Amino acid sequence: MSVEQTVKMPAAPRFARLRTFLDGDLVYGFLRTPSAVISAIVLLVIALTAIAAPLLSPQDPYDLTQLYLDKAELPPIWTAEGQAPYLLGTDVQGRDIFSAILYGSRISLMIGFASVIVSVMIGIVVGLTSGYVGGRIDNLLMRIGDLVLSIPTLLVAILVSAIFRELLPVSMRDAFTPVILTTSIAITSWVQYARIVRASTMVEARKEYVLAARILRLPPLRIMLTHILPNVMTAVLVTATLNLGLAILAEATLSFLGVGMPVTQPSLGTLIRIGNQYFFSGSWWVVLFPALQLSLIILAVNLLGDWLRDALNPKLR
Amino acid sequence: MLAIIVKRIGNAALVMLVVAFIAFMIFQFLGDPVQLMLNAQASQEERVALRLRLGLDQPVVMQFFSFVIRAVQGDFGISFRNQREVMSLIAERFPATFELVMVSTVLALAIGVPLGVFAAINPKNPAARIARMISMVGVSVPAFVIGIVLILVFSVQLGWLPAFGRGEVVQFGTWSTGLLTPSGRLALIMPATSLALFQISFIMRLVTAEMLEVLRTDYVKFARARGLPDRIVHFRHALRNCMMPVVTMTGMLIGDLIAFALVTETVFQWPGMGLLFVQAVMFIDIPVMAAYLMIVSVIFITLNTIVDFIYLAVDPRLRQTGTAGGANVR
Repeated sequence: MSVEQTVKMPAAPRFARLRTFLDGDLVYGFLRTPSAVISAIVLLVIALTAIAAPLLSPQDPYDLTQLYLDKAELPPIWTAEGQAPYLLGTDVQGRDIFSAILYGSRISLMIGFASVIVSVMIGIVVGLTSGYVGGRIDNLLMRIGDLVLSIPTLLVAILVSAIFRELLPVSMRDAFTPVILTTSIAITSWVQYARIVRASTMVEARKEYVLAARILRLPPLRIMLTHILPNVMTAVLVTATLNLGLAILAEATLSFLGVGMPVTQPSLGTLIRIGNQYFFSGSWWVVLFPALQLSLIILAVNLLGDWLRDALNPKLR
Repeated sequence: MLAIIVKRIGNAALVMLVVAFIAFMIFQFLGDPVQLMLNAQASQEERVALRLRLGLDQPVVMQFFSFVIRAVQGDFGISFRNQREVMSLIAERFPATFELVMVSTVLALAIGVPLGVFAAINPKNPAARIARMISMVGVSVPAFVIGIVLILVFSVQLGWLPAFGRGEVVQFGTWSTGLLTPSGRLALIMPATSLALFQISFIMRLVTAEMLEVLRTDYVKFARARGLPDRIVHFRHALRNCMMPVVTMTGMLIGDLIAFALVTETVFQWPGMGLLFVQAVMFIDIPVMAAYLMIVSVIFITLNTIVDFIYLAVDPRLRQTGTAGGANVR
């Protein structure tokens, strides 16, 4: 039995931790930073509409039987030729742009979040091992990290994504594309987390509480996960927020280049790719609205990340 | 000092070798070259003959060895897609990418650094605030979105600038340049701007952050106390010490620009090697993919190594410990 469990905390009122959090500096500062509040609201709206896409959209863009070619290339509803259910117009296949954006945001956000989570997990495992164990293992892991950083990330992501796709049988490709994309983005972005975790782990590992835990003969794994990890998580979370924007951007770029989400399951990047092929014929709405949504998402995430970094930076207090 | 330089170069060479190995493994994993190069009616003898000619009967280590030897000599094989030598394909496309990247680098530095200094010196100035806001948008809006919007406005709506291609080019032997013809210069404006915009914003934010930190230091306060005019304090005392990260950034920036040029080249159908690579990826044209990976990596690693050396030359503190700690600012 461990030490923490024998010391009984005084019975706290319910939601006490939530209360302290809400009264804390972070929330106070947040409510007084208009850009952060607006970004949070924008993101929340986008995320909720993306989750509720099947309820909100007039058409299921994945269901080919719902696409009508006679409704193709309709302009947005406020122009003269606009038609009723198609709020933002349709593309050449009669796909409703509004529905496609809702479903597309869903995929973009999902892959963005998933790849950040995967790369954070890889980074934590590598960083903790490297920082706590040290020696040869540390050297090896960090060299691998250097190697990943010595090739442009976009290039690695394109190659990994293209090669995995090629290795899979054709029937499985479309279903596995989100997994492939998540992997290829995570492979290129874990190094940053690993470096942060490693640096803080090396500092923490010398402190008295870790020494005390080691004297108690707690297993190394437990020291790493329950003692050191909570103390290095702040820096990781800030970086993760800042990188979420980059991850969403990376997915959009891959899809735009044609090595990402297929046309049958378009993400925002794929929609921009489709629109890019047709806007010379005058249908600007096919490309402009998904581009706007994508930019809005990344901008909001970046503004939130910036605020969080400044709010948690002790130097600026 | 010499030991550090030798170690650095050795490191760079080792990384190159690993990249070469990755490129080699792509060949090994993706399809049998014999099957890709011969048609279905080829006889067994023909297959064996080709296999021997390509050296595929050798052990893997020997194959890798000859792959590296050939790569160093610039021989990356023959493109699966258009049956031409990969190296001549890339040599043909390289000037276009080089021109685009160089113009963008100049734009990024010439606009980004002064804007960053301006925003740091006058933090309350409304123009500086607007510049900071635009820079936030600049790092958030994807380059291809900016490219598309530029085309929509300046080509489709206004008809001022060409939407794709490189315009007329002038040939100098194997090198071609669009900078000498009016149509070539016009065609360069939009790709270079959309490629540079992210870097302009990025450099501006970096310089602003560095400047704000330096302006708080004692030696700047002391220079002010001595009664030096603001101009000298800002540019001679403060800016000089902000240039270190900018030097690093410029090295990485050129590397990043070469990699990101492939997106811009796709949007504007710019006939550079990035577009060649994207098309090769679509067709799984492995020799072109491998060659592009290796060439871009060579440029990237060389730039990073040069940046490390500049660091050593500029900052004497690093020569003792032998670690370019600042090289990892990103």
